[in-house]
Amino acid sequence: MSNEYRRITKDGLWDNNIVFSQALGLCPLLAVTGTATNGLGMGLATTVVMVASGLLISLLRGIITPQVRIPVFVLIIAVLVTLVDMSMNAWVHDLHKVLGLFIPLIVTNCAILGRAESFASRNTVMKSMYDGLMMGIGFTLALVLLGAAREILGSGTLFSNAVQLLGSWARFIEITLIEDYKGFLLIILPPGGFLVLGFILALKRLLDQKLAGREQQAIDASAKLQPETS
Amino acid sequence: MSEETSIFGPYTHAKSSISRTMGLVMLSLLPATLFGLYQFGWPAIFLFLTTIVACVLAEAFSLRVAGKPIKPFVMDGSAILTGWLLAMTLPPWAPWWIGLIGALLAIIVAKQVFGGLGQNLFNPAMVARVALLISFPLEMTLFNQPVPMFSAQAPGFLESLAITFGSSDAIDAVSSATTLGHLKTELGRGVALPEAATTTVSIWQQLWGQTSGSLGETSALLLLLGGLFLIYKKVINWHIPVSMLGTLALLAGLFHLIDPNSYVGPMTHLLSGAAILCAFFIATDLVTSPVSIRGQILFGAGCGLLIYAIRTWAGYPEGVAFAVMLMNACTPLIDHYLKPRIYGRDRKGQPLVYSNEGTDRK
Repeated sequence: MSNEYRRITKDGLWDNNIVFSQALGLCPLLAVTGTATNGLGMGLATTVVMVASGLLISLLRGIITPQVRIPVFVLIIAVLVTLVDMSMNAWVHDLHKVLGLFIPLIVTNCAILGRAESFASRNTVMKSMYDGLMMGIGFTLALVLLGAAREILGSGTLFSNAVQLLGSWARFIEITLIEDYKGFLLIILPPGGFLVLGFILALKRLLDQKLAGREQQAIDASAKLQPETS
Repeated sequence: MSEETSIFGPYTHAKSSISRTMGLVMLSLLPATLFGLYQFGWPAIFLFLTTIVACVLAEAFSLRVAGKPIKPFVMDGSAILTGWLLAMTLPPWAPWWIGLIGALLAIIVAKQVFGGLGQNLFNPAMVARVALLISFPLEMTLFNQPVPMFSAQAPGFLESLAITFGSSDAIDAVSSATTLGHLKTELGRGVALPEAATTTVSIWQQLWGQTSGSLGETSALLLLLGGLFLIYKKVINWHIPVSMLGTLALLAGLFHLIDPNSYVGPMTHLLSGAAILCAFFIATDLVTSPVSIRGQILFGAGCGLLIYAIRTWAGYPEGVAFAVMLMNACTPLIDHYLKPRIYGRDRKGQPLVYSNEGTDRK
């Protein structure tokens, strides 16, 4: 049982990361990751929707017939997104002004429908919620990483306007890394999002290759030992 | 690079190789480059060297990451040429980091990510120039008047070091608009063209290159000389330059005839800005231009049309880099639709049918 949860964790954060492995949800990814703060806000909102949709869909999975499942999933997700949208408008209004256009678009984030279809409609409530949480955190990490990279390169700051999202205690994470930075506009523009994402993807593949190579070496080494011991 | 082949046949071996082609292009760029370096002095030389060195280092780094042999690919001269062309399109007194970032963009993003030499969709130097222009509009549009080396106003060696590598405060004093930039601003203010043109430099100065502009684009005459040398050496065909410059001149002439007060004449279009440099050295890039002759003519005409449209109606005074990139994007399409006729087949790819009556074709 715990093994299975470990598997879900690893899938969500690394192996099947929504952005870096499945390449889903790229529209919000590229649209909002001009700064790390925007990425964080968008990621958290998406995570909330994913956990809640995991809960509802796995609860209702017995009574949703396969023929109508897609419209039902979309409807459930749309309701949840509307709730998140209105809550954000009420409590983090300033951030909502920045992300406003993209919050309703979480409905069309294919990653959420993808998890509903491939996981929540086939698994128990606890597992589905946990999967939603892990996938959401993986998505958030990707958004923050991309946002941070673009923000540092593009405007020389990190987590600017974090106060709007997290409250005034978060002032210490607003960092200006490079004083008098003139700005690298291309990185802030959508082409920069594609470029940086491309380089991060390449880096992850390189890392995965290295890890696989090391595992293979370990297996080879143990295989060599085997005949001698037996 | 020589490659051994396992098929033996009566093949003749052409002397052409990548390094020879690159060497010839550099040789033909030399007169215009030397003139540009002389004209803009030490800062231009520093920028030129920075860009080329950064390109070579970026190339070596990318090859290392990709696990390819470094020495043969770096020694083929393609990275040097990319850096060279990029430097020629930069404002001569731009700070060093413009050259460095441009080189990284050109080599890593525009060339090596696509798979290295011969795989890139867009001309690396133009990708870098467009990215720099969009990212750093201030630095990329600060042109200074030519102050030939050893003349009284020219900055000394140490002063030049400060211009290229130090803070850029001193430059503002000598900045001046390019011919195209000046005309665009004046037309935008509603000044009639003959009036606006009185303060620009003469055609002769533009031809020879005594005007403000990017490092290597000012001397139309020397660039033309280099271009003709390339055609003579059969490194490039005449089709792209002729169709590009022809289209540009035709459009400029036509609109100038219709309304001389608001449309710049063909000579200014041809001789100022990067038109000549682009026609012979950039649009003709073997990797990113179409293969067939008809395709090349269409490609050149498209470049000319876009350059004229961007210069005349768009926001930027100079549109060469944008035009070349847009046509680069069309190159696969052009190659797909304008295939040369295969020997023994008609244009549709059907085999030629010879009838017994003695007529040639069906």
